[in-house]
Amino acid sequence: MFGKLSLEAIPYHEPILVAVGIAVIIGGLALFGALTYFRKWNWLWSEWFTSVDHKKLGIMYFIVALVMLLRGFADAIMMRTQLAMASAGSAGYLPPEHYDQIFTAHGVIMIFFVAMPMVIGLMNLVVPLQIGARDVAFPFLNNLSFWLFAAGAILVNISLFVGEFAKTGWLAYAPLSGIEYSPGVGVDYWIWALQISGIGTTLTGINFFVTILKMRTKGMTLFRMPIFTWTSLCANVLIIASFPILTATIALLTLDRYLGMHFFTNDFGGNVMMYVNLIWAWGHPEVYILILPAFGVFSEVIATFARKRLFGYNTMVWATVCITLLSFIVWLHHFFTMGAGANVNAFFGIMTMIIAIPTGVKVFNWLFTMYRGSLEFSSPVLWTLGFIITFTLGGMTGVMLAVPAANFVLHNSLFVIAHFHNVIIGGVLFGMMAGLTYWFPKAFGFKLDEKWGKRSFWCWLVGFYVAFMPLYVLSFFGAVRRMQSYDNPEWQPWMLLAWVGAVIIMLGIICTVIQFWVSIRDRRKYADVTGDPWDGRTLEWATSSPAPFYNFAHLPQVDSVDCFWAQKQQGIQAVSKGPYQDIHMPKNTAAGPIISLFALILGFALIWHIWWLAIVGAAGTFVSFLARIFNDDVDYYVSAAEVERIEREHQQRLKLREQQPEDESVPNTRFGMQV
Amino acid sequence: MRRNSCLRVLGILLWLSLPLLLGGCSSALLDPKGEIGVEQRTLILTAFGLMQIVVIPVIVMTLLFAWRYRRGNKEAAYHPEWAHSNRIEAVVWLIPCVIIAFLAALTWYTSHSLDPHKPLADEEGEALEIQAVSLDWKWLFIYPEQGIATVNELAFPVDVPVHFRVSSGSVMNAFFIPDLGSQIYAMAGMDNDVHLIANEEGTYPGRSTNYSGAGFSGMTFEAHATSQQEFDAWVEQVRQAPETLTFPEEYDALAQPSEDHPVEYFSQVSPGLYESIIKSFHTGSGHDDMHGGHGEMLMSAEAAE
Repeated sequence: MFGKLSLEAIPYHEPILVAVGIAVIIGGLALFGALTYFRKWNWLWSEWFTSVDHKKLGIMYFIVALVMLLRGFADAIMMRTQLAMASAGSAGYLPPEHYDQIFTAHGVIMIFFVAMPMVIGLMNLVVPLQIGARDVAFPFLNNLSFWLFAAGAILVNISLFVGEFAKTGWLAYAPLSGIEYSPGVGVDYWIWALQISGIGTTLTGINFFVTILKMRTKGMTLFRMPIFTWTSLCANVLIIASFPILTATIALLTLDRYLGMHFFTNDFGGNVMMYVNLIWAWGHPEVYILILPAFGVFSEVIATFARKRLFGYNTMVWATVCITLLSFIVWLHHFFTMGAGANVNAFFGIMTMIIAIPTGVKVFNWLFTMYRGSLEFSSPVLWTLGFIITFTLGGMTGVMLAVPAANFVLHNSLFVIAHFHNVIIGGVLFGMMAGLTYWFPKAFGFKLDEKWGKRSFWCWLVGFYVAFMPLYVLSFFGAVRRMQSYDNPEWQPWMLLAWVGAVIIMLGIICTVIQFWVSIRDRRKYADVTGDPWDGRTLEWATSSPAPFYNFAHLPQVDSVDCFWAQKQQGIQAVSKGPYQDIHMPKNTAAGPIISLFALILGFALIWHIWWLAIVGAAGTFVSFLARIFNDDVDYYVSAAEVERIEREHQQRLKLREQQPEDESVPNTRFGMQV
Repeated sequence: MRRNSCLRVLGILLWLSLPLLLGGCSSALLDPKGEIGVEQRTLILTAFGLMQIVVIPVIVMTLLFAWRYRRGNKEAAYHPEWAHSNRIEAVVWLIPCVIIAFLAALTWYTSHSLDPHKPLADEEGEALEIQAVSLDWKWLFIYPEQGIATVNELAFPVDVPVHFRVSSGSVMNAFFIPDLGSQIYAMAGMDNDVHLIANEEGTYPGRSTNYSGAGFSGMTFEAHATSQQEFDAWVEQVRQAPETLTFPEEYDALAQPSEDHPVEYFSQVSPGLYESIIKSFHTGSGHDDMHGGHGEMLMSAEAAE
């Protein structure tokens, strides 16, 4: 009846998990109670869960990402604590059984359920606004993508309390992830969480690719697109090209595990090297899916806060395109030590280094954007400066790893861990924090508190260096990744230092939480009435904050890069004027959450071999999808009168502000140097 | 004022990170005990040094430009439309290109000179062959010429090239002695290899670097680089051990998962043990029934590419 599922799958004998479980239950009940008490369920369902508004979906992606960041970070600090303790014969407090699940979960969560949703969330929030569109090309698909992603995230979290998670490392190398060496359900959780959310990601890629190519407003040629849109376009090309590889690879592993096939087994002709090649053929483009949009954020931030055109726009675009293409021919650098011949290794090593050229050029372009600019040290700028320095160092260690003969002694050591945190924290995370702060007013209509934002930045920056520089050092003493304990007592001081770094990063996360709280509390003070709080350059600032659900009352017309900035220089007002027209908009739909709920049921049933439930899940997914396809009632018109009403309200607010210029909601000098 | 001190703290932190790296001078990678490791150290330091040509200016320019062109600075120029300069563009493309060209040449050269498959001995037979098999979770070392085997302990004479043939009886691992240089993956059914040499006597820690499951952290061993006499004495000591290792019975018993496995000696091993372990994975394709020819061939990782 319940397949492999029994009461023994609940880890009630693990004190840590029981405590976490109780906390989750209490928190969940509190949330449930609050929503019921304040009668917010209907609002949540009809305004958010079923929404096809790209801005709301972007916000929901970010909320899930931040929650998962807490989970991923909890894993991180548990690992650091373990390694600070488990020296010279001490076993620490986490046996391998747990420790191995934790580092696997940490990697999976941070990449798939934190970094990816942050990047995709930001694209959702910003790209349609930047290209002057009313929504994405396929609004329902966008909602479905989010819910498939959410289903994957839910599966990962279920594994915490029902059964176990994979003990294989985040990429689940075969044959360790095969049924022979990992007979438990952990790898199955990994498989179905990634398959379900991965399909969502692929759909997102298609959606934004089409959106950017087909839905740009009048006059916005490709080479007038904002850089963030360019980097998003390239990231989505990478998603379309690489995620099917991941899906296929995991599908083959699934056949091995469920049907006794032999794609990646040790015997009967299976080939483990094929698995490693395939997973990295996806895995390397994946890191550029994350970093390219972050590059885009920095480009927008630095130009806006330096009040200056981005230096070398064309170079920036071509550098991005180069990186996109090159990212597909470097995957072998993840396993030089597999034993390929010298020519093969040298080829992939050199290709990898070549990526450093366009990346280096980008760095110089950011520097020369500051040059002769007028730079305001707002928190997005601090994140950007921190990024340039940290990422440069991370890029340097990346090139060191790209030299095969050097890689032979650095591979699998803590050097690799330090390197990719160097670029992912210093690049992706800093970028997302900058982007979050920068576009937050566009999403919510008020700015984030700067003081706590800057505190968060300094904690992250200092914490990063204290946590990861010791790992570079330890790698030179032969310390390797994924070890649960070590014999050499000389390593312990460095491990303790790294632990201190993790605690400093934790302070940074706490600062961000306080920042949200303070900003929401003082939202009137921080209100962004104009819709253009930073004196921006691109179209998203041409509409009110938060942007109306139809984005623009009239679709804007573009005749240059940074068109909005140019118009402001010419004294053209961004405020819309009548007469207004009816606007064609997509309807909200419950199809996304329902299809994804069935997909979640299907995934859970397959993990536990509950075949009848799997049939229910599969049939439900299919039928609810069919129902959506045959539903013709998917759009409607917003009446011109309604548009006029909303636009008038915005104009009213603007007028009010002009009458009270001494009001402290005039923001532009607040974030200046005098702070 | 406060901003200034923050930037200074950042600068100090960065400078601190350099001595941290240099402080590793007595470390395995920066003070290696074998020819391969020495060349790899030179390579790492060369690559590191070369990249400082870009890294240091970038860091300095970041701090300098950010400070000089801060909004409050009335003395600095402000040209909001200045966004292109052929001269600067040429320089920022050229410098990384030149450095990468140099690194690429270095990469091509060292990928060949430090190819793990490249023998260190001029003639075959000069090198000592040791076959390393990763098991769950321990290392089996077979000495085919001496007809002995050990678990989790290696010995070889100093200044003699050692040809490690590396395979796995289980999942993927990697064989690595940091003090000596290159690591290489151990994969079931495949015959990988790495050539190493120790130029100084000593005991060097070795381990698997590729995560392989619960007992991974305990997959460590000691490698003793000794004089020829001491090595011969060690071989003799192993030959006195009561245990033997026959294929498949005793091997299968040893291959059962165990954690933190103690050192073991085997005075005798089945002939062709290493080859038998590799071939045991070549099932389901008729290899076992074939006589000679293809059936005898072991698939090397290189050939399987």
